[in-house]
Amino acid sequence: MIRYLYGAELRSYPALRDAMHRDRATQFHDRLGWNVNVDENGGECDAYDGLNPLYVIWEPAPGVHGGSMRFLPMDGRTMVTDHFAGLLDCTIDSPLIWECTRFCLAPDATVKVAGILMLAGGELMRGHGLTHLLGVFDARMIRIYNAIGAAPQVLGSSGTGRDRISVGLWPYRPTDRLRVLRRAGVSSDVSELWFRRAFGRPVTPPLVA
Amino acid sequence: METRTTPRSCLAALEAADTLTELQECAIKLRTALGVDHLVYHWISVDGEQFGFGTYAPAWAQRYQDRDYIRIDPVVLGCFQRFRPVDWKSLDWSSRAARDLRRDALAHGIGNQGFSIPIRGPNGQFALFTVSSTCTDPEWDDFTGTHQRDLILVAHVLNDKALQLRQGRSPQPTIQLSPREVDALTFLAMGYARSQAAEILKISEHTLRSYIESARLKLGALNTDHAVARALTEGLIVSGGAIRDAKGDWPGRSVAQTTDPATALAGNH
Repeated sequence: MIRYLYGAELRSYPALRDAMHRDRATQFHDRLGWNVNVDENGGECDAYDGLNPLYVIWEPAPGVHGGSMRFLPMDGRTMVTDHFAGLLDCTIDSPLIWECTRFCLAPDATVKVAGILMLAGGELMRGHGLTHLLGVFDARMIRIYNAIGAAPQVLGSSGTGRDRISVGLWPYRPTDRLRVLRRAGVSSDVSELWFRRAFGRPVTPPLVA
Repeated sequence: METRTTPRSCLAALEAADTLTELQECAIKLRTALGVDHLVYHWISVDGEQFGFGTYAPAWAQRYQDRDYIRIDPVVLGCFQRFRPVDWKSLDWSSRAARDLRRDALAHGIGNQGFSIPIRGPNGQFALFTVSSTCTDPEWDDFTGTHQRDLILVAHVLNDKALQLRQGRSPQPTIQLSPREVDALTFLAMGYARSQAAEILKISEHTLRSYIESARLKLGALNTDHAVARALTEGLIVSGGAIRDAKGDWPGRSVAQTTDPATALAGNH
């Protein structure tokens, strides 16, 4: 299932939390060779994990991490404003834009998992009235985003080759949802249920007679 | 010709407002435009005070403060841990204290539904913007789904206005704690053990201690408890406890203070 969990809530899911940090270490430290902190348990963690961000985690079986990403609203402290402001022409401080970082897939994850995470990102925008998501990603992720039909609008990049890091925007488009659901292989009802479990209200408000 | 007041048109009026009275007038117009029972902005203790405006009866605002409800209010606790809007019915109301608060709020006409938006400003400033009403769950879901974007924007404009108003009133705190020092002391003030606070902040207990220690030195405190107490009185951190005796500001408050809370409730029994 897709879990939407705040940092403070992750305490209740230690196996899932640790698996996520381990897979992040595998992806960002081992595979991409980024200069990130890996702790003594082999998990990758940074300062933004301490800001009580919202995590979206794909949990294919209890305690198993299939893929995840992390959100912080742009009107507060974010990785983009701290480190990548130079890549942007303007400051972005809208409460209706959330930053998405540490988009991570488990080593054995299929491209479908990326589709499931994109679905969750769309549900967050729809359910919380956001206008955009803002992401920081590397060149490889752009290929994955293109493959699942969710190409971001790139605002700026730095570096070259596989070290190239970009900042991009995904606008909220209501018409994308059906296509994203189909690609993720998840029904609308199931996605609604996961969202409601986390936030206590529906992602689509029911019509009142 | 009649011009219809919409949340968007109220937003323009809000941008132009620069006194508490004008903000209060905007709040009342906005309530009408949205068709809700209440609309409230509530800034919690950046300098040991509660500050707010909105359509709650002054008697309820006063009672909330007198009863120190802020310490147990699931809405405040829930919003403090989140950055997206919170529907009241998604919160945990199971504790006795929370059930009593809910009953009391219903008796004061706050409504059975609520939607609160947490807002964070500079230096750990924390405020809530709330709309509440009486209706069914599907009606409320429809309302919040339709208006949440406007509500979030209104919340942020209100907070900017409140920050501007406060700047004219009170000097900036002379002691500046770092965000991590604020975090560490805030969790201690909320009653968390060091180990729990370290876990929540995802730092080692050793690192947490170093933040507490640096905060203690800045505050000129003798020990951790002293540092927490000083940070609260200086208004450097947020916690319910500091607020009780502080001088808040709320339109109509002076009237409410002369009203006995018991008589204010009497009509509902």
